[in-house]
Amino acid sequence: MTQKIAREEVRHVAKLARMEFNDQDEERLTGQINSILNYMDKLNELDTTGVDPMTHAIRLQNVFRADEVHPSLERERALANAPAADGVNFVVPKVI
Amino acid sequence: MALVALGIRELHDLLIRKDVSATEVVTAFLERTAAVDPYVRAYLTVLADHALTVARAYDSGQMALDASPIAGIPLAIKDVICTAGIRTTCGSRILENFLPPYDATVTEHLQKAGAIFLGKTNMDEFAMGSSTENSAFGPTLNPWDLRCVPGGSSGGSAAAVAADLCAGSLGTDTGGSIRQPAAFCGVVGLKPTYGRVSRFGLVAFASSLDQIGPITKNVEDAAILLQVIAGYDQRDSSSVNREVPEYRSALDRPIKGLKLGIPKEYFLPGMHPDVSSAVEQAIRTCAEMGAEIVETSLPHTEYGVAAYYIIAPAEASSNLARYDGVKYGLRTPDTKDLLSMYSRSRSQGFGWEVKRRIMLGTYVLSAGYYDAYYKKASQVRSLIRDDFERAFQSCDALLTPVAPFPAFRIGEKTDDPLQMYLSDAFTLPASLAGIPGISVPCGLSSEGLPIGLQILGPHFSEELILQIAYQFEQASIFRSRKPELPLPADSLPAQ
Repeated sequence: MTQKIAREEVRHVAKLARMEFNDQDEERLTGQINSILNYMDKLNELDTTGVDPMTHAIRLQNVFRADEVHPSLERERALANAPAADGVNFVVPKVI
Repeated sequence: MALVALGIRELHDLLIRKDVSATEVVTAFLERTAAVDPYVRAYLTVLADHALTVARAYDSGQMALDASPIAGIPLAIKDVICTAGIRTTCGSRILENFLPPYDATVTEHLQKAGAIFLGKTNMDEFAMGSSTENSAFGPTLNPWDLRCVPGGSSGGSAAAVAADLCAGSLGTDTGGSIRQPAAFCGVVGLKPTYGRVSRFGLVAFASSLDQIGPITKNVEDAAILLQVIAGYDQRDSSSVNREVPEYRSALDRPIKGLKLGIPKEYFLPGMHPDVSSAVEQAIRTCAEMGAEIVETSLPHTEYGVAAYYIIAPAEASSNLARYDGVKYGLRTPDTKDLLSMYSRSRSQGFGWEVKRRIMLGTYVLSAGYYDAYYKKASQVRSLIRDDFERAFQSCDALLTPVAPFPAFRIGEKTDDPLQMYLSDAFTLPASLAGIPGISVPCGLSSEGLPIGLQILGPHFSEELILQIAYQFEQASIFRSRKPELPLPADSLPAQ
């Protein structure tokens, strides 16, 4: 099995994905992702030169609608599930 | 036969004739659930008070039982589908206390048609899994054998139908999550064409693949439920504006003269012998009814697993970016800055399988790897779709097994993600192509576990695959089989 991804790279991807792992989990994850990526090499058996990538399950055209104002979720209901809110805004730790 | 064993159509007939009251029906399912669900653990939330209140509204004449074929019918809903004001967890700690502020389009349709919601069913976290073992709230067990998984990710919905804890249910299918648990639990499961049913209010996993569909005790009930939920919805721009046929009216048509293709790639040497023999018997049954059986080939089948496990995690990594502890869901307390609040909340709230897929998805989409993985997988997806289009030029529908083996033991595949992923090999290609598929029971293994026949058709051919499934079901000897429940108290599994 070839090493597709090293631990440092797993750490970098975790940062991109906004997640944290301890040493043990990072090692386990590196092993599992490597074995999955090795399996994905199977796709390279196929020559896909000139094949269009499929982006939709069915052939869809762009969907347009009139730009009209419709009622949307009221503020109170939008805030109801927030871990922290002040009645008007979502509250988060200080950004700057 | 006990009330709870009846399907949707039979129950509705009794209700309309006033042979039973809606309250009696709901009470029977609640009592059954109290007796059996401690073993099976299909439900995450049981809506006893809500269900009884609606039932009383029917019995007092405030609601009309003749309003629709599902009026007064108790149903279960997979916990990834939003129900306004009713906890919707997606099987995840991160949404443990989430109360959706609105209904999904499908739950709106069901309620307008008068269904009674009995509860929300267990599932693999965010629908990522094939065994329901990835639920943060513990696994659901297979009603046919409590040592086995019910399949996944809609394992709770399939087990609830098989164990008679509801008359029918909704599941969701991204790579087989309706068809495979339906097969493992000996019930009927239909994944509609992508775009046939609105995804509005379905918590997203992989948006180009997710579809909602019915899990029922028989094929006619699947047609009834699909009728209620199918159709265009402005709030889901990938739903398709196309007429919805009368699904039930096609069921009685004989299948004589239909060309049914048998793709040779779906019959592998390593398959469980009982699966091959049950499916071959089902093919013979269709031939005896006058269908023409033709051998066909879907040459890219073996690439389905690799393509799917790039595309689905890529979409998931993007969709699940929304769980950041700000608008809803779990937030880790006492974090000093925004970034650590994000990453600690996510690390604490997500389970291992979800984290692994987010990592894999983030990696395959990251700079330098996009072409090698995501683009390549999307090209292979085109080849898989083309395989089906070619096959449907020479046959009306395809017959295959749903899974290479019957339900496996709890814990058997949890340590090896690839082995678990390979269990979806026969359901993933149809998902990638966006075509509809139905799983219908076709036999039992030597250990007494159900086996499913998969019928696949071209885009928007639900009418046809329901017809074939119905005709097969009527001819098959399997259809009256039920698991033996409730079980003796000493079979209660250890916690």
